[in-house]
Amino acid sequence: MSQPSQLSTEHADKPVVPAVNYLNADRGVWSWLTTIDHKRIGIMYLVSVLIAFLLGGIFAMALRLELLTPGPTIMGANTYNRMFTLHGVVMIFLFMIPAIPGVFGNFLLPLMLGAKDVAFPRLNLLSLYLYWTGATLALSGMIMGGTDTGWTFYAPYSTTTPMTLFPVLLGVFILGFSSILTGLNFIVTVHTLRAPGMGWMRLQLFVWAIYATSIIQVLATPVIGLTVMLIGIEKVGHFGLFDPSRGGDPVLFQHMFWFYSHPAVYIMVLPSMGVVSEAIAAFSRKNIFGYKMIAYSSLGIAFVGFFAWGHHMFVSGQSSLDNGAFAAISMLVGVFTAIKVFNWVATLYKGAIAVKTPLIYICGFLFFIVFGGMTGIAVATVSLDVHWHDTYFVIAHFHFIMVGAVIMAFLIALHYWFPKMFGRMYHEGWGMVAASLIVLGFNATFIPQFLLGNAGMPRRYYIYPERFQALNVASTAGASLLAFGFLIILVYLIYALVRGPIAGDNPWDSRGYEWMTTSPPPKHNFEETPIITRDSHSYQEPGEEVEHVVI
Amino acid sequence: MTAIEDLMRHMLFLPDPASTFAVPVDRLHFFVITVTMIASSITGLLAFIFFFKYRERRPRQSTPLVIPSVKFEIAVISIPLFFFLLWFVQGYKDYVWYTTPPENAMDVYVMAKKWMWKFSYGAEGPNAIATLHVPANRPVRLLMTSRDVIHSFFVPDFRIKQDVIPGRYTETWFEATKPGRYQILCSQYCGTWHSQMWGEVVVMEGPAFDQWMLEQRKGALSARVDSGGDDGPEFHGSIVEYGKKVALVQGCVKCHSLDGEPHIGPTWLDLYDKKEVLENGETVIADEAYLTDSMIDPRGKIVKGFKPVMPTYKGRLAAPEAAALVEFIKSLRTPGLEAVPSKEAIYEPAKPAQH
Repeated sequence: MSQPSQLSTEHADKPVVPAVNYLNADRGVWSWLTTIDHKRIGIMYLVSVLIAFLLGGIFAMALRLELLTPGPTIMGANTYNRMFTLHGVVMIFLFMIPAIPGVFGNFLLPLMLGAKDVAFPRLNLLSLYLYWTGATLALSGMIMGGTDTGWTFYAPYSTTTPMTLFPVLLGVFILGFSSILTGLNFIVTVHTLRAPGMGWMRLQLFVWAIYATSIIQVLATPVIGLTVMLIGIEKVGHFGLFDPSRGGDPVLFQHMFWFYSHPAVYIMVLPSMGVVSEAIAAFSRKNIFGYKMIAYSSLGIAFVGFFAWGHHMFVSGQSSLDNGAFAAISMLVGVFTAIKVFNWVATLYKGAIAVKTPLIYICGFLFFIVFGGMTGIAVATVSLDVHWHDTYFVIAHFHFIMVGAVIMAFLIALHYWFPKMFGRMYHEGWGMVAASLIVLGFNATFIPQFLLGNAGMPRRYYIYPERFQALNVASTAGASLLAFGFLIILVYLIYALVRGPIAGDNPWDSRGYEWMTTSPPPKHNFEETPIITRDSHSYQEPGEEVEHVVI
Repeated sequence: MTAIEDLMRHMLFLPDPASTFAVPVDRLHFFVITVTMIASSITGLLAFIFFFKYRERRPRQSTPLVIPSVKFEIAVISIPLFFFLLWFVQGYKDYVWYTTPPENAMDVYVMAKKWMWKFSYGAEGPNAIATLHVPANRPVRLLMTSRDVIHSFFVPDFRIKQDVIPGRYTETWFEATKPGRYQILCSQYCGTWHSQMWGEVVVMEGPAFDQWMLEQRKGALSARVDSGGDDGPEFHGSIVEYGKKVALVQGCVKCHSLDGEPHIGPTWLDLYDKKEVLENGETVIADEAYLTDSMIDPRGKIVKGFKPVMPTYKGRLAAPEAAALVEFIKSLRTPGLEAVPSKEAIYEPAKPAQH
């Protein structure tokens, strides 16, 4: 089989799109809706999560506009409460969780393993349909039922609110199944469909990250499904599950909820770490520094993440002993993340770095994940959390991780693999402009929110004391910048899709296994099953002698 | 030192510290946030510098193989771990101090409901809505419960926060250091007007507070206005007397004797703060939380030797009534008593006759 470098040299002067590829092998809407091709499913996920992201973003802008003034600005109190519920549920369950695994996991995992498809292609399509069903139910349920509980559904507020909750809870339950099936599919795929020659230590780091994520999806998601169903049952039947007057316990809900929702943070973050590992290696033309450390720390985060949920409940009346234990465990997550950050920066060291759009996001990502991660350590420090808990400090912290890390990584992935998916190239100049705007706008949005938290502004506040106004205005201004950046991306990517220059099979000269086939790939990925003879991320030519540097 | 701290506080938009807890919290905050800012800036900047220093100079340039040494691996694990554990230890120490109210703290009962705060003072104090009067430089313990959903009691100037939960009592405490007025905010989402569930702590100099308390009591004795309105019958007099009346009206004394005689339920004499052995072998301290829990969920923690026969008083006791009962039980405790478990039950009519 041919080396990727040779492939790209052949087409260097006049790249062409393969005449028949997965995009045009079958035609018509029906061929898309009934496809079992993981690449097409990935593309349908891409369109779906982008719509969810657009909706969630519109809700976010509505919230920011409302918070321009301390009193009512553009909506009433109940509308505001529904709006942050919509923003939270849509962003978490409809965008963040499926974003990277659903889109890039589906599209790339079989390519990176040298496989024709995932292990259970039909199950994969079912996951997508479950996602659509759950998303429709959750969204319409929230809009028609006026759900005002926040995405956390805390009892006994949720069990006593007069608003209808059952459709949205059922929606979350169904979305959970979509997530579980995807995870299961990926685990089996990694175990059974690796190409000849691909041992575990040759897996790409994105595969490791998706693998660790899948384990969390399979183990943790059933708990959220059951928990939201308990709220639904409680609301319909009044069994007193979380009602203290009948022996129930409202705090029990929080334990069950966070037992899923804390690991869920890693469902969102781990894939983004995988993306960054791939892109850093490709754009600095380097062997990834500390491959094993990065791979094992993904598993470490997945494991430790299961035992840290109590740090969401430091002021819930939980015992001091529990609080201490959960705080100590949470610190370990920080150590695993720190290992990865050191390794990424060290990979850039002595590289041959091509500064392209994804690199701007990587620079932002590194700052955001260290700042967001260490403010996570700060809120895991129990005495400090007492002040920060449920304030904008926490909001800013998790948006640094969710937006600063996950969305940056989503954008890195979108730019890095855009030519892989569509065979065309976006405009580099506009890419740089939008990336700079987004990194700046992001800082301007969320750094004021850290300060608001210090000043003592609680989250989910429709009306706020006047002393908080200046910082809120700053944050809204930053959010506008951020939104503008996203609009630019939308425009140039749509343009690139139709008119972009042909990219060629491997425009980045990347050594990721997914670039061994054409871009866009043929329907069954590889003309013949590849045989893996080198490590992933290896930039040495066979037999080439390179300098060894030990740091 | 304090000048630097003030500068940091100003830059970080932190309110001036107004409690004894705020000072160590802010110090650790400055330490943590400074290291965070340095570490994240260095990381971002280093990546940025590398972009220029190691930019690609020719297509498909070959790069050296950089390998981590054992020393490097140990360093990347132990340096962050060192800082994280240091913060954990200091933070946990401060937190344990914060969750251990001093013995001599003044008790105030807090009842939260959508969307207001109510305060009632132990012994013979007044009731109040939204405004909590406390003395400066004396510890104050808050015993808090909610009538509906979960709320959270948050005073940014004191750096304290505690969730307030229906069906149980949670506690927090503080010692205000400066007279003044400080905002109370609800920080746990509780519905439409969550963002308006505000109150105020009024911190007074010690003597001024004593004077205020005295006036309130006088006023309370002559024309007591029960701030609750819908929180049960009005009562003129001390909270202990009120508790005794509630105990008679609700029939508590049919099963719980007041003089130490064993009966259907444990006696109330010296019950408060007693170490009780439960049916399942565990022990509990009969503190405010246990006593109120037992009114709401009597079968949850049965004292060894007794039968689960008590009905729940949820919905039958308003929060001030429950608080008054606790105060009444507290008044029946002999000062300086050793804690011994209750004697077993005797199923005969108690001396205060049945009707």
